[in-house]
Amino acid sequence: MDTKPVQLDNIDVLQVLNEEGMVDTTKAPPLTHDQLRRLYVAMVLTRKFDSRMLAMQRQGEMGTFAPNLGQEATQIGQVFPLTADDWFAPSYRSFGAQIWRGWSMEQLLLLWAGYHEGFPPPEGVNDLPFSIVIGSHVLPAVGVAMGMAQKKQQHCVTVNFGDGAMSQGAVNEAFNFAAVYKAPCVFVCENNGWAISTPLQRQAATESLAVRGIGFGIPSIRVDGNDILAMVAATTTAAERARAGQGPSLIEAVTYRMSLHTTADDPTVYRQEEHVDPWHQRCPLLRFERYLNRESILTEDECRRIADECEQRVLEARAKFREMAKARPEEIFDFVYHTMPPELIEQKKDYLSRLARKGLNP
Amino acid sequence: MSLTTQRTMVEALNLALDEALSTDPDVCLMGQDIGCNGGVFRVTKGLQGKHGQDRVMDSPLAECGIVGTAVGMAIYGLKPVAEIQFSGFTMQAFDQIEQNMARYRNRTRHGQPLAMVMRTPYGGGIRAVEHHSESREAYWAHTPGLKVVIPSGPRNARALLAAAIQDPDPVIFYEPKAVYRAFREDVPDDPEVARLGRAQVVRNGSDITVISYGAMMRPVLEASDDLSSLHGIDVEIIDLLTIKPMDTETIIESVTKTGRCVVVHEGHKTCGIGAEIIARINEHAFGHLLAPVGRISGYDIPFPYFQCEQHFLPDPDTIIEKIQDLMTWQ
Repeated sequence: MDTKPVQLDNIDVLQVLNEEGMVDTTKAPPLTHDQLRRLYVAMVLTRKFDSRMLAMQRQGEMGTFAPNLGQEATQIGQVFPLTADDWFAPSYRSFGAQIWRGWSMEQLLLLWAGYHEGFPPPEGVNDLPFSIVIGSHVLPAVGVAMGMAQKKQQHCVTVNFGDGAMSQGAVNEAFNFAAVYKAPCVFVCENNGWAISTPLQRQAATESLAVRGIGFGIPSIRVDGNDILAMVAATTTAAERARAGQGPSLIEAVTYRMSLHTTADDPTVYRQEEHVDPWHQRCPLLRFERYLNRESILTEDECRRIADECEQRVLEARAKFREMAKARPEEIFDFVYHTMPPELIEQKKDYLSRLARKGLNP
Repeated sequence: MSLTTQRTMVEALNLALDEALSTDPDVCLMGQDIGCNGGVFRVTKGLQGKHGQDRVMDSPLAECGIVGTAVGMAIYGLKPVAEIQFSGFTMQAFDQIEQNMARYRNRTRHGQPLAMVMRTPYGGGIRAVEHHSESREAYWAHTPGLKVVIPSGPRNARALLAAAIQDPDPVIFYEPKAVYRAFREDVPDDPEVARLGRAQVVRNGSDITVISYGAMMRPVLEASDDLSSLHGIDVEIIDLLTIKPMDTETIIESVTKTGRCVVVHEGHKTCGIGAEIIARINEHAFGHLLAPVGRISGYDIPFPYFQCEQHFLPDPDTIIEKIQDLMTWQ
């Protein structure tokens, strides 16, 4: 036997839709025109929402948030195969996917503007709320999948996280638990190249992050994360495997964080604009639009109209958000326990009298 | 007539788990070596054979993973009871306890509450290696969203664990491993469920209140016997049972009556549970005190290697001496 240790550095990237908008029909998922249009609308809406929220943040109307410019295909592709009985566990950059899953935009605005009401998954939406600490939601997502297996439910969980999360111990424990228990789980690692200022090369010694999954016994694939059709193909296969009791899959979606880590971040400190430039050509919306136009699934006029409609929807959500945005300081004790324990009753009483002194009686 | 059986704490805990698995299909157990092996202390002995591998699950060796996946199972409507082999290993799970287990109800505004229990043996006195003797209940009591329960004997262990499993909130259940097989007690054969958040006055007295919990209840009771028979001091003893939420009312009622108090725990002194009890007495019964409230605890050093552990742990003599001091305090 050869004594040289085995090494696996890289995995080829699955691409269906290239930057010119040409489709490899041998790999394309079987989507109807209606489904293709819905995907396109969702991606446009994600971008419109993102840019509006950024403007609102700059105007002081929104808290710190994590923009997802350029990651729309990964966002939407990962949730496309999910049914209402499947679950989705977002990370904090996943609001495009959350909108697809049924979170209203006004709720997401409330969330990022610091209102507690924004946080819980809406009634009937089987999602987890995200947790801010990187990767800390991945183990609970696997737990949900283990629960499905235990209750003999043929559903699956898709959990989203970034390249930085791959360095977290808890995420690696999640891979292992999912593999050992054959949990119906789809791991989507949204590799956007950056964890704030830390480039991928400081996060991993391998070219690909998908190779990690293989070490855990998880079938893993690398996908062009700016290619909506490749994302749909990969996530559909993974979700079907999971529901059929074949266990977890890992999808590394290779994309790029074209914008800021968060609105509190200044990328010019640590990266040059020429790093970002090539990704303009790889824009997930641009290539999808080229394809849809060429195939006459959507005309250029229709695309423009969709853009206007999406913008309108975002503005309507903003108007609703403005009506709903009201802090309720009297509520902050009310969600910690099922029944408020005596010590919290006492503290709340003290707190309410403090509010009263400020003229903030409920 | 209700029948009882003499059981050790290990057997009583096993009974509580067996009853929960038998009566509630959503209850499941997870942890390292809890299946075929029955847990390193045998608390789960025989349960996998009876209830199956799907419900009594041997976990990979990752404490954070055990608690984190238990959180997810609870979100999906199961009632996981996760065992961490020693409380010293719960630090590996701190991440998931603090970030998810304690917060989910609040994060989701009651939408995704977690009915789950993390059980773990705690405390010194069993001649174990490093990280096997810690009493860090104060960490969990400090964390909003958790309940912290510590039984002291077989009967209350069974009733409290049953209550913890039925509770709609996440519970940290600390089991005093020094008591695991220390003695047997009559445990009712019929199910018995305690009420969380209630302390128990285990002995009535008029001179001084001693407040303790868990493994320290035994030296406290022993000290109290000697104080009564040799020194004529009438000690009232409170077993906290639930550390959080704390039964302030029972504490204050007793201290108001006796005017003197000492708290006893093996956890470290600074910011320990005793500090919290004393603060509450200060807030609610200051005017009734005849002496400062005494505190006997572990010291602020890492738990000593076991040849010295008996010098670190509070013992009856220390408690007697402290109480005699407080009785003559001027």
